[in-house]
Amino acid sequence: MTDFAGNQLLLEVLYLIASALFILSLKWMSSPRTARHGIWAGELGMLLAIGGTLLHHGIIDYKWIFIALVIGSGIGVPLGLVHMTAVPQRTALSHAFGALCVTLVGTAEFYLRTPNVPRFMMSVLSAEVILGSLTFTGSLMAAGKLQEVLPQRPITYKGQNFVNLFFLSIAVLLAVYLVLHPEAKQVFPAMIVIPLIFGVLMIIPIGGADMPTVISLLNSYAGLSAAAMGFVLDSKLLIIAGALDGSSGFILSVIMSKAMNRSFTNVLFGAFGQVQAKAAGSTEEKTVRSATADEAAGILAAANRVVVVPGYGMAVAQAQHKVRELYDALTKRGVDVRFAIHPVAGRMPGHMNVLLAEADVPYDRLVEMDDINGDFPQTDVALVIGANDVTNPAARTDQSSPIYGMPILDVEKSRTVMVIKRGMSPGFAGIDNPLYYLDHTLMLFGDAKAFVNSILHELAGNTH
Amino acid sequence: MNSALMNGLYVFMLAGFIGFEVIKRVSPLLHTPLMSLTNALDAIAVVGAIVLVGEHKSNLSFILGVLAVIAATSNVVGGFLITDRMLKMFKTSAPKKP
Repeated sequence: MTDFAGNQLLLEVLYLIASALFILSLKWMSSPRTARHGIWAGELGMLLAIGGTLLHHGIIDYKWIFIALVIGSGIGVPLGLVHMTAVPQRTALSHAFGALCVTLVGTAEFYLRTPNVPRFMMSVLSAEVILGSLTFTGSLMAAGKLQEVLPQRPITYKGQNFVNLFFLSIAVLLAVYLVLHPEAKQVFPAMIVIPLIFGVLMIIPIGGADMPTVISLLNSYAGLSAAAMGFVLDSKLLIIAGALDGSSGFILSVIMSKAMNRSFTNVLFGAFGQVQAKAAGSTEEKTVRSATADEAAGILAAANRVVVVPGYGMAVAQAQHKVRELYDALTKRGVDVRFAIHPVAGRMPGHMNVLLAEADVPYDRLVEMDDINGDFPQTDVALVIGANDVTNPAARTDQSSPIYGMPILDVEKSRTVMVIKRGMSPGFAGIDNPLYYLDHTLMLFGDAKAFVNSILHELAGNTH
Repeated sequence: MNSALMNGLYVFMLAGFIGFEVIKRVSPLLHTPLMSLTNALDAIAVVGAIVLVGEHKSNLSFILGVLAVIAATSNVVGGFLITDRMLKMFKTSAPKKP
């Protein structure tokens, strides 16, 4: 082991403390009670690491560091203050920024070091740059789809998987070439551009319902690219932070894939929406029962146990605050109201929890799928608001359904099912939902926010 | 391959396992704030960018470094800010235990 000079020793110790704080930060996220300590630990770690880095002996130019820090903070503050409904696209955008930083640093390091780059170093540098650039454009595409500036429908064409695989293989071949010939400066830009194109192509066939998985996967890539950067810079702090982020994204993508009964490859190469557009065509005429706000209010007021099932439609209609008012009104009448949260409801992991927490619904009323499914037979009313596929009984019974095998919320087992929906058009995935044609299902046609508001009016009218 | 890289691989392997064990225990309730927090922590990459800017070894590395510091800092600031805002919203209906 080499001896550290004074400053260098201090820097290493600060990085060591920061690493420990980062791990604690994630550990404290395990429960809402301790989670805010987690942020403080993370912030302290970050402060120590950045402060320590400024002591780095090679630094001669402080002015531009501070200018860049100030500009970055100027961009970061509005990104931290976005509305809660915009959190999925903000998250995708921040994956893009993280990946951009890693790619830029990797590029700079390559040109500083070429032609003397050892093989292992060049391998991790290539991994850093390839993962970084495909995550950059991939995340921008995901953010664009979530913000609805890009078409949300999956775009597929014949031979798509072949084309995508082709681009990825070329990038890997270029990396291998550079490992063998690190002096080939002219090849390096191609190793950035090709993954940039691949990132775009990768997200084109992804539909909105797959976003929770894809965002998690991009999160994982961003982490792995940062870890690769840690190898290049010989920074253990960076390797640890990248490994933590990478495993977090990986675990989340596994949870999301399981909740959709699909494999990673299926998400990336499956182009979900395309298949289902055909399945929707064979819908025959079936009758549905609809009800007015007045009738719905009567049934809810007479119930003992109500389970609300929120979905992306609730977020789109911005109905979460009205839903909380409904929760208050029913709770006041002695009705037991809980919320059933499907892991992939919404556009990112945990999306529904954040929206309902924002509307002041206590988090102990938000129940995960596995914990609430057994309670539906004892439930008087299941009120489905803007959720579709996650309540589709065909996932359990119809082997020909594209979502067959996906775990769902067993809402049809409750005594009465009420579904707030704009019309009978199939949901995002384009699959018909047999739930709507059951005898004990009442369709409440209308905008989620407006309809819940009408129910509230009727409930208020009934009290005097 | 030298010993520094081998050490790095050990650190990566151990941190990966710790991450797996720690994150497995995070309540699904908090998956959104978890993602924004790991995003902020991941932006520790800013330290590599700061060194690039500060050392000013070439004009290219300097310019790329400045852009990288800006991108990463926006994640640090924005990530911690929004995670904190989200976590503040999670309240329980039960009265607080002493």
